[in-house]
Parts: sequence; structure tokens; C-alpha cells
Amino acid sequence: MLKPPKRPENRTAVVELEGVRKVFDGETVALDGVSLTVYEGEFFSLLGPSGCGKTTLLRILGGFEVPDAGHVRIAGQDMKNVPPFRRPVNTVFQNYALFPHMTVFDNIAFGLRMRRLPAETVRKKVAWAIELVQIQGLERRRPHELSGGQKQRVALARALVNEPKVLLLDEPLGALDLKLRKQLQIELMRLQMELKITFVYVTHDQEEALVMSDRIAVMRSGRLEQVGLPEELYERPKTAFVARFLGRSNLIEARATAPDRVETPHGPLRVRGGLVPGRRYLLSIRPEKVRLARTPWNRPNAVIARVHDIVYTGAENQYILEAPGGELVAYTLNADISEPGYEEYDYGEKVYVYLPPENLVVIDEPIGNEPGTATL
Amino acid sequence: MGRLLKLHTYLVLAFLYLPIAVIVALSFNQSRFGVRWTGFTWQWYVRLFHHHRIAVYAENTLIVAVVSTLIATVLGTLLALGLYRYRFRLKSALKFLIYVPVVIPDIVMGVALLLFFAWVRVHTGWLRLSLVTIILGHVTFQVAYVALVVRSRLAGLDPALEEAAADLGAGGYATFRYVTLPLILPGVLAGALLAFTLSLDDFVITFFTAGPGSTTLPLYIFSSVKRGVTPEIHALSTILIAVTTVGLLLGRALLRRR
Amino acid sequence: MNRSATSPARRLFELLLTVGPGALWLVVFMLVPALLMLEASFLQRGPYGRLVGPYTVANYLRFFGFTPEGYDPLYLAILWRSAVFAVGVTVITLLLGYPLAFAIATSRRKEALLLLVVLPFWTNFLIRIYAWIVIFQRHGVVNALLGAFGLEPLHLYPSWFAVYVATVYTYLPFLVLPVYTAVERIDWTLLEAAQDLGAGRIRGFLHAVLPQTLPGIVAGVLLVFIPALGTFVISDLLGAGRVVLIGNVIQQQFGVVRDWAFGSAAAYVLMALVLLGLWGYARVAGEEGLDRLV
Repeated sequence: MLKPPKRPENRTAVVELEGVRKVFDGETVALDGVSLTVYEGEFFSLLGPSGCGKTTLLRILGGFEVPDAGHVRIAGQDMKNVPPFRRPVNTVFQNYALFPHMTVFDNIAFGLRMRRLPAETVRKKVAWAIELVQIQGLERRRPHELSGGQKQRVALARALVNEPKVLLLDEPLGALDLKLRKQLQIELMRLQMELKITFVYVTHDQEEALVMSDRIAVMRSGRLEQVGLPEELYERPKTAFVARFLGRSNLIEARATAPDRVETPHGPLRVRGGLVPGRRYLLSIRPEKVRLARTPWNRPNAVIARVHDIVYTGAENQYILEAPGGELVAYTLNADISEPGYEEYDYGEKVYVYLPPENLVVIDEPIGNEPGTATL
Repeated sequence: MGRLLKLHTYLVLAFLYLPIAVIVALSFNQSRFGVRWTGFTWQWYVRLFHHHRIAVYAENTLIVAVVSTLIATVLGTLLALGLYRYRFRLKSALKFLIYVPVVIPDIVMGVALLLFFAWVRVHTGWLRLSLVTIILGHVTFQVAYVALVVRSRLAGLDPALEEAAADLGAGGYATFRYVTLPLILPGVLAGALLAFTLSLDDFVITFFTAGPGSTTLPLYIFSSVKRGVTPEIHALSTILIAVTTVGLLLGRALLRRR
Repeated sequence: MNRSATSPARRLFELLLTVGPGALWLVVFMLVPALLMLEASFLQRGPYGRLVGPYTVANYLRFFGFTPEGYDPLYLAILWRSAVFAVGVTVITLLLGYPLAFAIATSRRKEALLLLVVLPFWTNFLIRIYAWIVIFQRHGVVNALLGAFGLEPLHLYPSWFAVYVATVYTYLPFLVLPVYTAVERIDWTLLEAAQDLGAGRIRGFLHAVLPQTLPGIVAGVLLVFIPALGTFVISDLLGAGRVVLIGNVIQQQFGVVRDWAFGSAAAYVLMALVLLGLWGYARVAGEEGLDRLV
């Protein structure tokens, strides 16, 4: 599912944020010193729960909010006092913000007409944009005569027709149903690769971010929690929050007894090493990395547990296990019963759990304040 | 309960229409005095049209209403727009100032304007009481009503639309001209219609700010009534009732079509 | 709310362009006259009705009854009478208008009915007053009807009664409209819940319906009370000098008497009363409450 990794090295920066801070009404801190670089041609996602500051960040890029401190540069130009209508960016708004009194054609032509382009050029460019997002035949309709998906495409065409340096998208698929969402996700990725325009994409949907982005910034309470490639964030979360927010994770409190050994509620475990003995850490392991068996593993990092609950999602079986240190979650791929090695477990059954050391991610964060953490 | 409520409704409606019906009926009554029906006639209308000054009073009334409505609609719309778009110091003081003409008794506003115009005249020699002073007075209360009506329309406007316009390269004026104004136009027109009727209807402010030669129809009716009831006034009233009724229904139909 | 990035100078320019003219207008033609009137209320009547110094509180003292000749609460009595009149008008309007607004809002033809109620209100104010003279005068409609039944004519004009009727008539729509809006928004499930809990018709109305229409009632009451308190045209025309309200006092001071200083003081007392009421209302109902008055 994940895109091939695109490393940001040796590429031109197009959006640069430096210590950006924003406080609303003198008390609500929306952004608390955010520094960030987005490179040319990147599909960059701002991911986080509502109220984390991702939309504020996007609005600062669009010029709709002014940061209280810090610098914003777009395409090498400082954006201080540059109004939205003079910025080399365009926005796809959350609820599309199509002009209700204009036809689809006039909506898309709006930006071009503001630049006083000749009518013939406007017509050609609009036709190009309409073909790009595949809404041929809707030119004369008004927004209220369009479906949600069609509105989304018009909003996209209206922004893209101006060939912005950066396209800002504020939860553009938030109002659509799941099926349409998936379809438009693929289309957005296609458009971005075709046009090579930098996308800054705000979403609270971790799956969407993982699928679509070249890089993701996970935000929480106005701060950047971690910035990186999707698989980096997924495989090597730096904080418990990232581990929890991107997919599900088993979090286990741990105290190092040796550089590669820890004491945990589930008993002593081995990890990849480099720890400071005596120091407290947090271990994270993805449910699909937890391995189950009917017979003992006969190696370290094995735990005996009991099946407490089972959730069938179709593609996988999710086991909620009662382990010595509390709850553990394990996913197994739902394969043909005749496949070698494939097992199904029953309610209350005793299972042998193996937590592979190479898959136990060590987070340098002593307290597991996330719910569901196995505590020491 | 239901039947009683219905009866009440009909009685109140009768109460509302009785005076109007009486005036309209009497305007066609031959008898000059009293209310006894003595036969149908157009003569009061004919006499009204021969009244040498009626046309001037009507013209004055219309000039005041049209000019003041135009000024008040522009000022009130801009005022509402500024209050909607910007945050600034003294904003709540300005909002308070807008509510004042709407809520204080009109006589207070009338005498304050009278004092003000007299004061300006003493110090500068300008602003003799005339149609100009009436218009200045009317605009003052109309601005408040227009601003409040347009503001309620703006309140229903998605702020993202103005942002979208700016995002697509429209400056403050272009955003207003191509996005905001077309969307709030029904509110602006409703505000203008309200301002126009308020001006036509106003007696008190006009009474205190009018001077020689600036008699309007309400002023004329007032001074005639003080001298006694005449069938010509019945005829004039009937015409005014017809005009405002038709105007109101037309205005409503126009606003609904948008 | 626009918080867009833009240079401070441009922002100021746009602000002045939009809010500027209207604000300036209201300051010049509303605030300055009010301040001039405040000053005038502390001056004295000079020769030819001119305002002269020195500053004095004599006008206010006189209004509250302290005259050089001794205590005479003439104007306080008029103010009291005006207040009683305004309360009376408001109560009658409420009794007539509340059920009417209710009937309209719950009717199937509410659009048409509402238009029927509003239509007379759009006819010129003076014509509406004048019509009542025609109805109440000595040889008017009422007495003609009484005469047709062989009854003695009544003395209805000029009278307090006529002033009451015409004032109620004039301001009835001001009460009906806000109450109608409130009734339209009623959550009827509350009444069903109340009845479900065994409340009878009257108790159900008192506990489940009346409280929901209260904001509309308060707005309507203010909209009737304030102009009724300040009226001078209705009392002048239908009272023909026999009915003197605070509005008539102010008008006379600025008219025939030409004592603008005392007239200003009287106007300020009236305005203070109204603003006090509004202040209390705004504290309870907030800014949305003020919007409900339009």
C-alpha cells in the first residue's frame, strides 16, 4: 500500500517554516514554535487529531492567519505582510467554498480572470482543468446542482488551474463517503505525480496520510511530534503518541537492566540494544508483528497468554490477549485454513506469544500516559 | 381553544383593517361632512389633483426617500461589511452607536437633530432647515437599519467564500464586487426597501428637521388634520395606502425571486 | 472574521473605507447632537429662545419638581402618567398580540396571515392615526352606528380612550413579529413530554410553551413600550391637548414655548429611562437579544 520512498535530500525547499507560533485570543496556543521544510514536488501531509494546529498551519501558509512569531517563506520569498491574493499558493477548502452564484466554469475561471488573462486563454485553461479532473459536461451547472464528489473536483480544478507553486488541501475528502474517498485518494495521487505540484495536505485520517504522502508531519497540541517518511513513522515511532495515532500499537513500560535487556510487566524482554541500564523506556510493538503459536517458542521474549476476545475484520483476525502484564493485541492475516502455519485460536484458549526483539521499538519516553499501556 | 383562537384572530384582523376600510370608503363618499353614505363620487380625488401644492409635497417626499435611501444603503452596507470583516478597537462602541437610532424614541432623535442643525447654522451659516436637513436626519436612522439587516445576511455567509476569492487572487475590492456583494444583494435590497418605507412613513424626524418650503406629505396630512378632517385627505390617504401596498407586494415578490 | 496577512497600512485603509463613512455619519449626526443636547440641558433659556450660560442644573431640578416657587411635581406626574400609559398600552398589546402571533405561527396559512398583519403597518403612520379620528369623532363611524340603533352618541374624541386604541393599533405588529418568530422555533416535544408527565393544558402551556416564547415576548414588549413612552403625535392628535404625555412636553418646549434647555433636560430624562431599560435587557438577553429588536 505504501508509496515508494522519496528521500528529501538534495531537493529545493519550497515551503520553509521557522519557529512559527500562533496564539488565539491571547490564551489558546494553536502553534507552539513549528519549524518545517517542504520540498518541491512533495506530497506532504499534516496529520493529527482535531485541535492539534494542522489547519491553523495551513491557513498561515494560505495567508488567512498571521503568525505571532516566526518566519514563513514560500518559494524563497518571505511571506510577512503578503496578503492571500499575492501568494503563489492555492487552497482547496474543507467544504469546497465554491461560489454558489457562479457556474462551474465561472468558478474555475475566477482566478484566471483575476489575473486579467485574455478570454481565449481563460477558456483553454479552464477546459484543460475540467478535463484534468474529469468533469466534462458540468460547466454550466451551479454548485448546488453537483454531488459531493463533483464539488470536490471543481474545487480542485479551480485551484489547480492557476498552477500554484504549492497546493494547500484542508481535509478535502472529509465530507465524502468511504468509497468515494478511496477513489479520490488515488486520483489526487495521480494528479500530484502528473503535475509535479507540491501538495500540503491536512488530514486527521492516518490511513489516508500513510497511503498518499511522501512525507508526514504528525502534530499534537501545536507541536510537531515527528516528521518523516510514512514507513519511518509507522515502523519507528519516536513517541508513544505517534505509535498510537498511526495504527494500533502495544505499548509496554520498561526499565533497562542491560543495553539490550529490559524488565517489563510481561517479564524480562530482549531488545535491539543501545539502552542505558537503570533508565525507563517505553516499548512499542505493532499487533501484526506479534506472533502467536499453539506450542511453546522455546526462546526469549515469549509470553504465555489467553485469548480474551476476537474481532474478525475480514482481512485479518484480531486477538485481544490476556497476558501477565495486561492486555496485548495481535493481528494474524486471514489465510486459507489449509495454508501451512496458519492457525485460528478460540475464545479462552491458551496461546504462546512471541515478541520479536527486532520489532520491539524503543521509545525514549518513560511514562506511558496513553490508555492501554502495560504499566510497571 | 382552537375555535376561540380563531375568533380572536378574526377580531384582531378586523380591528387592523377597520380604519383603513373606513378611510378608503369615505374617500368615495359624496357627503363632505359626517360618515353617512350619500353616493359614490370621484370628486375628492379630482379636487386633490387640483390642489396646487400636493404635487410639490409628493415630490418632496419622494426626493427625501430616494436620496436618503441611496446614501443610507451605501453607508449601511459598507458599515456592515467592515463590522463583519475586521476586528478593531472601539468596535463594540460602534455597534452600540448603531443600535441607538433603532431603539431611542424618535422624538429624542428629532429634537437632538434640531438642536444640532441650529448650532451648525449659528456657527457656520450652513444647514438651513430644508429638504437637505430632512435627508440628513433620515439617513441617520436608516443607516442603522440597513447595517443591521445586511449584517444578518452576512452572518449567514460562509467566511471561506471570501477567503477562497482572496486565495484565487482577488483583492479586497474584487472580492466584494464579484463574491460578497452578489451573495448579500438580497439583504442589501431588503435593507434598502426597509429604509425607503421608513423614510416615507417618518413623521417625527421630518417634523423637527423640516423648514419652510420643505413640506412633505406626512407634514401636510398632520397640519390638515389639526385643522379638521376633510374628504381630500381621505382621497390622499387612499392613494398612499394603494401605493405602499402595491410597492410592498412587488418588493416581496422581487426579493423572493432572487 | 478576517485575520489575513496584509500590511497594517492597507488594513487601516480598508477599515476606514468600509466602516469609516458610516461611523463618521453616526458620530456627526447622532453622537454630536446627543452631546450638544446634553450641554443644552445644563444651559438656560435666553432672549428669543436662545441658549445662554452659565451652566446650571435648574432644568433637571425643575423637571423633578423643585421650582423657585416651591415643590411642584407637575412634570414628574406627567412622566408617571406616561409610564402608566406605556405599561397599559403594552399590556393590552400583549393580550391582543400574543394569541394572534400564536394563531399565525401554528396556522397552515401563516405566510398569508403574517402579510395581512404587517400590511396595515406599512401604511403611513399618520393615516393610521387619522383614521381613528374619523371613527371616534362626534359625527364619526361609532356614533353613526349608535345613532342607527337609536342610542345616545358617546364622547370618544378627544379622549384617553382614543389615544389608547390608536397607540395599541399602531404598535401591535411590533409585538406580533418577534413573538411569532419565537413561537415558530418552539420545540413542541417539550409540550408532549409535559403532557406525558400528566400536565394539563394550562400547566403544559405555562411550563413547556410560555418559557420558550419568553425571548420573543420581552423583545416585543420593549418594541411597544419604548415608542409608546415617547409618543407625542398620537396624544396630540387623538387627545387634542387634553392628553399630555412626556413626548408632548418635549415637543412643546422645542415648539411654541421655545425653552430648548428645559426640553433637552426632559428629553434626557426620557432617554435615560429608555437606555436603562435597554441596558437591563441587554444584560439578560445579550447581543442576540438586541438583534431581535430589529
